[in-house]
Amino acid sequence: MRIVCPFCGERELGEFTYLGDAKPARPAADAGEDAVFDYVYLRDNVAGAMSEHWYHSGGCRAWLKVTRNTLTHEISAVEPAAGAGAAKVGA
Amino acid sequence: MKYSIFSLARAALSGHKNWQRTWRDATPKDRYDVVIIGGGGHGLATAWFLASEFGTKNVAVLEKGWIGSGNAGRNTTIIRSNYGLPGNTGFYELSMKLWERMEQDLNYNTMVSQRGVINLYHSDAQRDAYARRGNTMRINGIDAELLDLKAVKKMMPFLNFDNERFPVQGGLLQRRGGTARHDAVVWGYAHAASALGVDIIQNCEVTGFARDANGKVTGVETTRGKIGAGKVGMAVAGSSSRVAAMAGLRLPIESHVLQAFVSEAIKPLLPCVMTFGAGHFYVSQSDKGGLVFGGDIDGYNSYAQRGNLPVMEDVCEGGMALMPMIGRVRLLRQWGGIMDMSMDGSPIIDKGPVDGLYINAGWCYGGFKATPGSGLVFAHLLARDTPHKEAEKFRLDRFRTGAVIDEKGQGAQPNLH
Repeated sequence: MRIVCPFCGERELGEFTYLGDAKPARPAADAGEDAVFDYVYLRDNVAGAMSEHWYHSGGCRAWLKVTRNTLTHEISAVEPAAGAGAAKVGA
Repeated sequence: MKYSIFSLARAALSGHKNWQRTWRDATPKDRYDVVIIGGGGHGLATAWFLASEFGTKNVAVLEKGWIGSGNAGRNTTIIRSNYGLPGNTGFYELSMKLWERMEQDLNYNTMVSQRGVINLYHSDAQRDAYARRGNTMRINGIDAELLDLKAVKKMMPFLNFDNERFPVQGGLLQRRGGTARHDAVVWGYAHAASALGVDIIQNCEVTGFARDANGKVTGVETTRGKIGAGKVGMAVAGSSSRVAAMAGLRLPIESHVLQAFVSEAIKPLLPCVMTFGAGHFYVSQSDKGGLVFGGDIDGYNSYAQRGNLPVMEDVCEGGMALMPMIGRVRLLRQWGGIMDMSMDGSPIIDKGPVDGLYINAGWCYGGFKATPGSGLVFAHLLARDTPHKEAEKFRLDRFRTGAVIDEKGQGAQPNLH
């Protein structure tokens, strides 16, 4: 698997660190127990195209949002995660 | 048929032409008391325990491919009960005790070999952690021995004891641990369950659940038609989220890929199963002579049953650090299996929030050793509707209540367990 980092170009998998599904969003402070439980523990565990967070730890150290198919490992899109220098590449 | 020295002699004298089928490949009936989804070790063991211990014989096991084609046929065949937390310790020892009598119970040679499992330690802190784990095991009636450097050298003189960065200082040994033949375990349970009337149905993929007006599961839709069921149990680790989703459930599980490796056959070398405590590398030697080894999961969600090169390299580096002489041994095979990585690294065996659906999931990369124990406690739950006493803590709602069983202390990050 290779990931095309928007800042560094195509790099091998070993340079990246995985966080996981990009979909769960931290609930508001007053959202209640159910929302927090859902955010921390429950996952869609998608079989197919999934949007996920990767960290380019062995490169530019930017957080990336990668769309990858979990059935084939095919990567269809890579973009900077919100706040990860997104403005620099015009994303 | 019953296997014995006499049946072997009879078959040998008649040119091995009269062996009967080991188990019956069944066609689905309209209805069963219990339908188990998943014809792996856990599903088949559950069916056998239901039939033999709990008198529930009208049972079907549904397998989407052929039995043992998933993780039951993809693991590294290690059995052990060296867990440290309440909930796990007793359960895995229950399983270990069932391994010790499995061949007699099933009348099948599952090649259970108690050759020992040693976890090497490389620092004072790690020795202390292993001493604590060993003590936990011993006060729970499980065998454990803390070996010093001299004892490890005597047992495995071929290890690299000159490693300056990660010197081998000793190891925690469980002599009753070891290996078993994974395919034989699957076929052994199939053999014994089939003999008691359990229907084993292959090429039968579940595509949905039949529910009544109250939402209770009353059967399954499959590629071979609808099958009614009093209760449905799922034992489909790797695909738990996908099956549960058909019942509208989201689970605290992610599917990750774990790779395993086998080398070409070499002369007898390893006396036991060994783990490298400084990196992540574990190895045993099969009876055919191949080194069977593995390491960490790849670390990203996957259903692909294949991994990538960085982990392969990391695993082989771990092996070389301990045993530099394997550098010229050629790798024979490499493969991947899909792990049900739960949010605390421990399994889930519980009645689901959906009535009539029972869940056996979340085995992470440790499901093989649990096979007999999992079968017994899941059969107990299915038959009696109450958890077996050694599985009371494997509840689905433990994530909500905070009663998680997190051996590694990693928190809700499945790729780090």
